[in-house]
Amino acid sequence: MSPSGEQSKKPKPKKDEEQAKAEETTKAESRTEDVDELLDEIDSVLEANAEEFVRSYIQKGGQ
Amino acid sequence: MAIPKICGIETEYGISVRNSNEFNPILTSSLLINAYAQPAFRRVKWDYEEENPLRDARGFERPIPDGATTDDDTGLVNVILPNGSRYYVDHAHPEYSSPECSNPLDVVTWDKAGEYILERSIAAARDIAPAAVSIYKNNSDGKGNSYGCHENYLMDRNTPFPNIVKQLTPFFVTRQVFTGAGKVGTEDGSGATGFQISQRADFFEVEVGLETTFKRPIINTRDEPHADPERFRRLHVIVGDANMSELSTYLKVGTTALVLKMIEDEFITDDLTLAEPVRGMRIVSHDPTCTATLELSDGRALTAIELQWEYLRLARKYVQDVDPGEGNEDVLERWEAILESLESGGSGPREQLDWVAKMSLMEAYRDRDSLEWDHPKLKLIDLQYHDVDRTKGLYWKLVRSGKIDRLVSEERVEWAVDHPPEDTRAYFRGECLRRFSPRIVAASWDALIFDTGDEPLRKVPTLDPLRGTKEGVQSLLDASPDASTLLRNLSS
Repeated sequence: MSPSGEQSKKPKPKKDEEQAKAEETTKAESRTEDVDELLDEIDSVLEANAEEFVRSYIQKGGQ
Repeated sequence: MAIPKICGIETEYGISVRNSNEFNPILTSSLLINAYAQPAFRRVKWDYEEENPLRDARGFERPIPDGATTDDDTGLVNVILPNGSRYYVDHAHPEYSSPECSNPLDVVTWDKAGEYILERSIAAARDIAPAAVSIYKNNSDGKGNSYGCHENYLMDRNTPFPNIVKQLTPFFVTRQVFTGAGKVGTEDGSGATGFQISQRADFFEVEVGLETTFKRPIINTRDEPHADPERFRRLHVIVGDANMSELSTYLKVGTTALVLKMIEDEFITDDLTLAEPVRGMRIVSHDPTCTATLELSDGRALTAIELQWEYLRLARKYVQDVDPGEGNEDVLERWEAILESLESGGSGPREQLDWVAKMSLMEAYRDRDSLEWDHPKLKLIDLQYHDVDRTKGLYWKLVRSGKIDRLVSEERVEWAVDHPPEDTRAYFRGECLRRFSPRIVAASWDALIFDTGDEPLRKVPTLDPLRGTKEGVQSLLDASPDASTLLRNLSS
């Protein structure tokens, strides 16, 4: 799955290091303050202990 | 001329109780519904007489398997609310079936009202039992278990079913690009991580069929019209995601209704048949770039967006030549805007879609915290995006932060929690419930059964979803101070 998907079971595809760096910089620049604020706010409502919470969410199948 | 596409959405909600792996989802769902529904509405039974989920649209009927029980046998909770909806326990989930609506914006309104009803149910149940119940409007637990969000469209019985299968399948496979609710990870057995467009796509295994809980088909053949079976078919669509985004729901229903009208009017002459539709479901869902191509039977290879452009081009012509009906233009405009936005990427209407909003949020987290796609925090965000509790639900966080717009006002949704749509038979059902519930013993989509005490039970059929509107029955209802008078007035 792309573009954001990576096959976690395979080693990370080797990227041109400089290109990767450039991408990082652009990303960092585009991450605006309001996004940071939003993430902080969301952090404050996220259920505690993500791993356990997600693991225990099991549903009986439906339609 | 195609018949109006009366539509409703039924949603099975995910349910959990914090710090309790042992909770019973059926009992907890029952608790929620009983806590919410006023006693006057709780005592009205659901009338199962016309239900037959094993009747197949292709013209045959499957025998009921030995030992199978109907919902009625198990005594599950089942209420009809004064907004015309049905609120009940189905397959270990609380389910809300919206009333019949005449247009996509009303579907958005009464579908959203369902979320509010679930949210209020949690609060009402808290007064009875202290358990911390969470309700999610999603379609998967991330562990291979899926539960549905089904759309239902009124169709003309005369439309040949094979035409529906042929012309609708490529549309369903590709509409995911705006109907998808987004999901981290896969449940198709591949073990691949990453982000995909749809919650449901991994669960579809066949092209056409009657099943809904396994071997799920892209086109479901359940033939249970809940209306006059001579005139109508109810197309039961199981291929969609449950949407939080009002734009996603609006586009899902608005575009599908237009395509169905074109099929009824035999307007589609182009052959867009896909070579491998089931595989196509996954190809589209697993590609958030929306650039993967699907092979058509005639050898062409088109992206999901290109196929959607084909349907939009036809729909434009259809609206211009055949059905310039109110509201169609708005659907066309939004449809075009979303395809353009998906094609160009970046900021634009696409950010209002569930999957794009969710993916952007996750990308921001990955960026800030250097998270891999299989990090539990991203899975939690995936789940909590769908929490109907507006103080915790991340969709609501995005709404409040101005990232996602609503199409319907808060006041309108609040109103829809307690009132039916006024231009379908849901009006008659809802109003009768509100005015005469002590005299109603049972109800269903297509009937109300009255017990006035002074004569045998009386069944009032509502076999035409277009009749029983406010315009048609309000004066009759207003002239009936009690149920006996109503029944007399109905027969005169």
